[in-house]
Amino acid sequence: MVAMSKIATGNGHGENSPYFDGWKAYETNPFHPTDRPDGVIQMGLAENQLCFNFIKKWVVKHPEASLCSAQGVNKFKETALFQDYHGMPEFRQSVAKFMGKVRGDRVKFDPDRIVMSGGATGAHEMVAFCLADPGEAFLVPTPYYPGFDRDLRWRTGVELVPVVCESSNDFKITTNALETAYEKAKEANLRVKGLLITNPSNPLGTILDRETLKGIIEFINEKNIHLIGDEIYAATVFMEPEFVSISEILEEVECNRDLIHIVYSLSKDMGFPGFRVGIVYSYNDAVVSCARKMSSFGLVSTQTQHLIASMLSDDDFVDNFIMESKERLFRRHKYFTWSLSQVGIGSLKSNAGLFIWMDLRKLLKEKTFEAEMDLWQVIINEVKLNVSPGSSFHCNEPGWFRVCFANMDDQTMEVALLRIRTFMLEHNKAMVPRKLCSRSSLKLSFSRRQDDFMSQSIMSPHSPLPQSPLVQART
Amino acid sequence: MVSMSKIATGNGHGENSPYFEGWKAYETNPFHPIDRPDGVIQMGLAENQLCFEFIKKWLMEHPEASVCTSEGVGRFKETALFQDYHGMPEFRQAVAKFMGKVRGDRVKFDPERIVMSGGATGAHETVAFCLADPGEALLLPTPYYPGFDRDLRWRTGVELVPVICESCNNFQITRNALEAAYEKAGEDGLRVKGLLITNPSNPLGTIMDRDTLKSIVRFVNEKNIHLIGDEIYAATVFKSPEFVSISEVIEEVECDRDLIHIVYSLSKDMGFPGFRVGIIYSYNDAVMNCARKMSSYGLVSSQTQHLIATMLNDHDFVDDFIVESREQLFKRHEYFTWSLSQVGIGSLKGNGGLFIWMDLRKLLKDNTFEGEMDLWRVIINEVKLNVSPGSSFHCHEPGWFRVCFANMDDNTMEVALSRIRAFILKNNESIVPRKLCRRSSLKLSLSRSLSRRIDDFMSPTGIMSPHSPLPQSPLVRART
Repeated sequence: MVAMSKIATGNGHGENSPYFDGWKAYETNPFHPTDRPDGVIQMGLAENQLCFNFIKKWVVKHPEASLCSAQGVNKFKETALFQDYHGMPEFRQSVAKFMGKVRGDRVKFDPDRIVMSGGATGAHEMVAFCLADPGEAFLVPTPYYPGFDRDLRWRTGVELVPVVCESSNDFKITTNALETAYEKAKEANLRVKGLLITNPSNPLGTILDRETLKGIIEFINEKNIHLIGDEIYAATVFMEPEFVSISEILEEVECNRDLIHIVYSLSKDMGFPGFRVGIVYSYNDAVVSCARKMSSFGLVSTQTQHLIASMLSDDDFVDNFIMESKERLFRRHKYFTWSLSQVGIGSLKSNAGLFIWMDLRKLLKEKTFEAEMDLWQVIINEVKLNVSPGSSFHCNEPGWFRVCFANMDDQTMEVALLRIRTFMLEHNKAMVPRKLCSRSSLKLSFSRRQDDFMSQSIMSPHSPLPQSPLVQART
Repeated sequence: MVSMSKIATGNGHGENSPYFEGWKAYETNPFHPIDRPDGVIQMGLAENQLCFEFIKKWLMEHPEASVCTSEGVGRFKETALFQDYHGMPEFRQAVAKFMGKVRGDRVKFDPERIVMSGGATGAHETVAFCLADPGEALLLPTPYYPGFDRDLRWRTGVELVPVICESCNNFQITRNALEAAYEKAGEDGLRVKGLLITNPSNPLGTIMDRDTLKSIVRFVNEKNIHLIGDEIYAATVFKSPEFVSISEVIEEVECDRDLIHIVYSLSKDMGFPGFRVGIIYSYNDAVMNCARKMSSYGLVSSQTQHLIATMLNDHDFVDDFIVESREQLFKRHEYFTWSLSQVGIGSLKGNGGLFIWMDLRKLLKDNTFEGEMDLWRVIINEVKLNVSPGSSFHCHEPGWFRVCFANMDDNTMEVALSRIRAFILKNNESIVPRKLCRRSSLKLSLSRSLSRRIDDFMSPTGIMSPHSPLPQSPLVRART
């Protein structure tokens, strides 16, 4: 028996988490409108598929963005040969510009601080390698993206200490929770090197308000620990309140900038996960310098750097894209959450991200994580939807599920909603006593489709959601 | 003062090596035929620039290779969304096929074993993470590529133990050297987990013969340690003897395949370092699975996977490319080494790679590494060429330099050669005593041969055959 490393033989890759079980169910029987109409619909993948026709139009109008077209081929050789880990200047400039525009041009980003990485996945690992030694720790507010368990810990040996957030205050990050986590780490003899926040949040779909951000900045300065802000969903904020970035707060409060680092990517905001465009943006020169050297392990393909540079230097395209993307996300989110509310399913009030944080606590047989798993098995096997159970995000309370809504077309969305409605109807038959005669009116409202929904009164981001009669019946 | 990690504050990034000093000299004053004719010529970068015209022609004929052209944009969305770390099936098939063709189709590679990485740089680090714990060691024959110090050790904590190879037997890897290194590791309390060989060799430009490879395979099996074969220069073997890959040898001798792993890339063979196409090919299922999970940190951009898949699935293109590339490398290598021999500069006899292992031991003032550094500074500052000193490759003997020849056009090559000739002429005046009256005739014959250009060289008078001996420089004769 030949020996491999401990890293290789352990479980640090994180794939034994339930987060991935649903994927396997999907992969054995994936939904297809004609080939597999009864297959599992993928609602566990946070992808942004809503703007591709918009992007393709630009691509076809700009053949110079490709190295393989007649207009671009003269740059093929120099691009294929360019392996400087500083990255192409035009790439860095266009990404810095894009990051600024996504924040309403309220802040400017310096192209010389843009460092490449193998997606946000590579960025997180790289930052962990730069900031912490094996055995040291990062604080991470729950619920959080399951990939962090692998990205921050697996090959680095860094530990994660959860900052427990609760539904009672909409999972906000309180200074109490931060202090508690910090103390807990100390008791466990773990030296805390930093705090990682994801804003906009995955899986919550919410953004941090200014006060919370200021509280966080104060906390990390006081403890002299790093702050890593994962802002990969920045451009997915589709309605008020407006996104506030760490980069803006820095201009408003006292802060040691050497503590501040931003992780960015084009995977969510633009819908390009395949292109592996990860960015580390640090205000700390030594970290920039170190991360840049480490970027050799995961540089962005220059073919892709060239495409992205061309695309994001087109200011008109960028301005229009940001607006168009927000609009489409808003509409999809509104329709989805409204449809769910029609059958009594609520979710955390959110204004960003590619998913909702669905509240199914009422459907749990018991208030336990086992019951959450049971419910989840039902959702996967009977309702045939792959959603992600809250426990895989380390949520401290059972009954929450992350459901992605931007990775499918309108028709698939309708099929998913139909299955949910059917399930709830059946479920309610068992739960709701026969005397509630509203059932027939319930059936009527189910036939309202997306077109009806798009009528005037419902589309404003400021009007309250119509209340489902079922919801009224329960409260 | 806010603290970072030990990894970040240490020197593991390896950039304090002299390998990088020459780069800095180049970067402050890079050669340009018109703008900076006195600038430093870059001969320290192992790039393959000889086949771009060939590749560009293919691109123009195949717009579907791009997801941005009207022929290819129908696949833009699915490609942009594809993030599966298994990689696109057509990409894996194309790469597996290419690897086979580069080895004359003497072996087949299984597309299911193709795992992506962030270039060969990422591949090496990932393999180290899979095979060894911090503090464990890999054996590495010297001289070796300086990047290994960083790629294998920096973030992994793995140690490297050199296997000393010597010029007296052309730096071949002997069983003795392997055993000596293994013993030394044991004495130092280091547990050896594997042996990494680079074949064709960087910096030597040589390939390993079958016997050496068999002996290596026996050695690793005996010690039950892994064998990592970096074969990124496989397609640069431009003349006989033919390249023999580890993948072939394991079909010929008894071997535990769980020990065998190949690192590959398109950076050297195709000249695409910017595209970051790194490949790990392991015969060990557990390593393959682990490396695949780790590939998340450095997947190949799906846009690039699509381009490479289209290109390498065109078998006619591949067959022609492999032949064309060898031809161009052969011509450039032969001309360069012949021109150097004309002024008495020899190099290790090589038949692969993008560089030569130049022998300047005779020019050292002392037979020491300080002597080598002094000479190197002269070459950079006076001759204005960035070449790489042997010490940066951990060569145990001073006086050797790696000089790249495939990363420039013919005109720049001529400028480099004329600078070398001018330097040697000047140098010889101080070395060769006045009584040798040959000097004037030397100068005459030298300048005559110096004016022979690549066109003369390409005449059908027998110089271009890979089998005819190189003409002897009169200067060389005068010395022996």
